[in-house]
This record gives sequence, C-alpha cells and structure tokens, in this order.
Amino acid sequence: MRALTWHGKHDVRVDTVDDPEILNPRDAIIKITSTAICGSDLHLYDGYIPTMQAGDILGHEFMGEVVETGPKSTLQKGQRVVVPFTIACGSCYHCGKHQYSACDNGNPADNQDIGQEMYGQPMSGLFGYSHLTGGYAGGQAEYVRVPFSDVGPIVVPDGLDDEEVLFLSDILPTGWQAAENASIEPGDTVAVWGCGPVGLFAVQSAFLMGAHRVIAIDHFPHRLELAKKFGAETINFEESKTYEALMEMTGGIGPDAVIDAVGLEAHGFFVDNVVDQIKASLFLGTDRTHSIRQAIHACRKGGRVSMPAVYGGFVDKFPLGAFMEKGLTLKTGQTSVQHYMPALLNAILEGKIDTTFLISHRMGLEDAPKGYEMFHNNQNDVTKIVLKPGLAVAAQ
Amino acid sequence: MTMATDDAPPTTSKLSEERASGIAAVSQSRRDDLIGRSVTINRSRDELFAYWRDFSNLPSFMDNVERIDILSNTTSHWVVKAPGGRTVEWDAAITEEKPGELIAWTSAEDADVPNSGRIEFRDAGDRGTVVTATIAYDPPAGVVGKVIAKLFQREPAIQARRDLRRFKQLMETGEVATAAWTQKQRDEEKA
Repeated sequence: MRALTWHGKHDVRVDTVDDPEILNPRDAIIKITSTAICGSDLHLYDGYIPTMQAGDILGHEFMGEVVETGPKSTLQKGQRVVVPFTIACGSCYHCGKHQYSACDNGNPADNQDIGQEMYGQPMSGLFGYSHLTGGYAGGQAEYVRVPFSDVGPIVVPDGLDDEEVLFLSDILPTGWQAAENASIEPGDTVAVWGCGPVGLFAVQSAFLMGAHRVIAIDHFPHRLELAKKFGAETINFEESKTYEALMEMTGGIGPDAVIDAVGLEAHGFFVDNVVDQIKASLFLGTDRTHSIRQAIHACRKGGRVSMPAVYGGFVDKFPLGAFMEKGLTLKTGQTSVQHYMPALLNAILEGKIDTTFLISHRMGLEDAPKGYEMFHNNQNDVTKIVLKPGLAVAAQ
Repeated sequence: MTMATDDAPPTTSKLSEERASGIAAVSQSRRDDLIGRSVTINRSRDELFAYWRDFSNLPSFMDNVERIDILSNTTSHWVVKAPGGRTVEWDAAITEEKPGELIAWTSAEDADVPNSGRIEFRDAGDRGTVVTATIAYDPPAGVVGKVIAKLFQREPAIQARRDLRRFKQLMETGEVATAAWTQKQRDEEKA
C-alpha cells in the first residue's frame, strides 16, 4: 500500500510499504477514506518529538471502511467507522473509569519502558505518534491495522459525509474535553489561547456548556475570524496586550476559566524552553511567553485552568506561586476520545456542533508531503488539510 | 546490622542488609541479585493463578523463554534466550504452592543461571489482583554479564517488568499488544 512515512526533519514521503494484516483477535483492517493532518503532526515534521524512527507511518486522525476483521472484532465488513487516536483496551481499570488515554494495555510492553522512565507510569498507545506512545503505524495511508476494534471505532450512520464526522477521531473530543476540564459554570467568561482546531472546538463547546462569554486569543486574523463566527470575542496578541485586555474586558476580575490550546501547534517538547529563555534574556517577544504561564497569570482568583495543549518534557518558570496563591485548579491530559464519541456524534447529527467549517484544503494521499509543507508555512490560511487516498494527485 | 524501619518491600531497599533478608526469603545463595515487580490485573486471583500454574502457558507472554518442557507436576525444564543468539537452560522445581495465592520455585544445582523466586497473588478489591514476582538470580559472569545482558535487553529486571505487562495484557484483553502491522514484523520483534 501507499503510506506517508517520516524520514527526518521536514522530510516526509509517500512510500510503498507492506499491507497491514490482522495480528490479534480484536483487530480490524480499515481502508482509509479520509485522514487529516493534525497540528501536532507538525511537531513530528519539525523533528521535535523524540523516539521517531525512519519509515514510521504518520497520521492519527482518520476514518474509513472496514475491510477485514479478527474473530473478536465486533465490526462488520463494509461499515464506515471513525477511529479514536488513543488506542485503549476497554478492559483495564482505567478504561473502566473511562480514562481511555490512560489505558494500561494499549501500548506494547517494550515501548512502555520509555513512558515509565519519563513519566513514572506509561501512557496508552496512540496511532502514528512516535515510539513513546507505542510506535503504531498511523492512518495517513491506504490501510491501517486497528487494535481493539471492538471498543474503539464508532460506526457512522448512513447519510453523513466523512467531513462531518472525521474530527471525532481527535480534535473535536479534545476541544470538548478542554471545555469540560474548565468546569464551566453558567455565566462564566472563558478565555481560550490558540484558535487552531482544538481552540475553535473548545470555543463552541464552552458556549454549549453555558459560558456567557468566550474570549479567543491568537495572532492569525483568519483564525480569529472563525472564532468570532462562533460568538467569541477576540484578542489579537500582536495588536493588543493580552493580560491587560483580558483584565479590562472582565472588569478587572480576570476570566473564570482559561484554556491553553496553544502548545499543540506552537510549542515543541523540549526546545521551547530554550527558545523561550533566549527570547526572555534578550527582552524580545514577551507577548510570546508560554501561553500556559500567561493563562495562569490572567485567570481570576479561585479560577480553573484547562490545558489540552501537549507538553512532553519539563517546563521552566512555571508560575507555581500565582497558581498556589490564587487557589487555581488545573486539569489536563490526552483526550479519552472513546468516552466522548457517542455524545459528540449525536451533537453533530442534531446540528449543535459545526465541524466542516474547519477544512481549508483537500488533497490526495500522494500530495501529503506538499500538504505538510503548506500547513507548516501558512497557518493563517491553512486551518485543516484532509487527505483522501482515493483522490487523484492535483495538477502541478 | 541496619534493617529498614519502614514498610517498603526489601526489593526497593537502599540498605544492603535489608536486601539480603529479601534474598534470603527466596534463595539459599548470598551472591544473588534481587528483583521485585508488582502489577495489578483486573482479573480474579484464581483465574490468574490457574493460567500461571500451567507452565506451558508462560512462553505466551515471556518473550525471552524459548520453551518450557513439563517434566512432572512440580518440575520443568526451561530454555531461555541469552545475549548473542545463545540460550541458557535449567531445570526448575516448585518448592511451595498455595492454590490461588503463591507459587515458589528454585532451579536445580547445575543451572546455567541459578535462580529462584515466588509469584504471589493478592486480592485488590474491585481492581482485581496484585501479582508480585520476587526473583533472586545469580547473574552469569557477574557484573559484566549483567551489562552485556542489558545491552541486549535480556536483563532480567527489564524482562520481568515486560513479562508482567504482557501477562496483564493477555489476561485483561485476551491478547498481547503489538505495534507491528504484518506477521513478519511481529516475528522479527520476538526474535
């Protein structure tokens, strides 16, 4: 089959590789019909994520048609499914509590060593996202092997387009969980750092959960426009002072809840601190400090901090004092996609959540390397690229 | 003689005397290294005990074990992968058994890698069962052998941790997780 493979920094290629096979009883093989490039894929592209190996197949937002099933899979050939990016077994203690991203068994035993050393306990497996999270082949390919297919994938009802449901795989549940982690109360003002896909879904989710006002912060004008469409007020941090603006817009109180949805796209695992320190020491770009630091600084006393943004290593200058003195609460974590899928599919069916607005580009799988380059170079206009293996290569 | 005053298991102790007492609990030899690993498995004690007690099942999750021949109800012959494509072998005998609770074993005197230990199964309420492996072994060629084993990822402490994870996966999910996507890749991983 053809698949988008990683070979190093800014080097991704579409290669011919072996077709996937059923290896375990609960497996299914999915023929990919749509797969998206995630902002977090840019981290792999930029070479920031350790434990990548040449030839790794990328992609963790995907859906398609069931073409083969193991004896314990509950799926049937021909069904259309969206696959969660978190690989969870459904039978361990954490899955029992719906903490799917903390699944004990989704990550192969040998790969759990790295997470155990780095974090104290290993996390679940993820598709197409380094060997720290299992080393699983991703879905930016013609086919993919899906483990635990009896508990992960959700069957899509007839009549729904791929594009309406594709984002159930990651960014919609991630935006929703971000809002849920902000424990929003009716009448709240919620500030969201970052108007990428996760931030934009967090904006929509926050309103559905009863937020009175949502203030969205970014510097890409097009992304701020999208936030405005969903009813958010905006701050362009290149034009306004974020903390001062937030304080004035909330009558000197600060937002009741703050959501950092930046890390996914703007911060690497390990290099960001270094860059940050250099900038700080040169008195440059003080508006570009870690969004999480600014979010904690602006959050009202006794408020809530939600952090869907991905951080992998150690963070310097975390404002622990402000955090303690103001009595804040922080919730974060990889998304327990399986927990949110059914309700969010209903929300899409009922027209409560719009997902298709996000897609700016559609391409064939063969064009994927070009897609990565475009996304990397122009995050204002490129909000989301969907790859369709069935789509012909665009004319050059 | 300094013994620990806390409740932590001897396998985690920084005190050599405390570790020695942990070794003495499972082995006759004073030269042994001690490994202790616990894992919580969302299954009943009896179910886990029964699977483990049938030693012919063990290679299904112990990737380093090439095969186990059952010699009698209490004795077995182990063939285990070693660094450099070699194998090491020994006979093992069960020295103590409490159904649903405990299996203790020791290797015969001429073992390539003398080892002994115990697997204990304890109730963990609605979380299932805590399985604790305590293994004392005499590393081949001492420290150098241990370093070589580590290089080849055949170091017993690493293997014990991985084996227990695979045991948990098999018992909880019915399969051992793999990131391979072809049978060929999976065979190469196990080799």
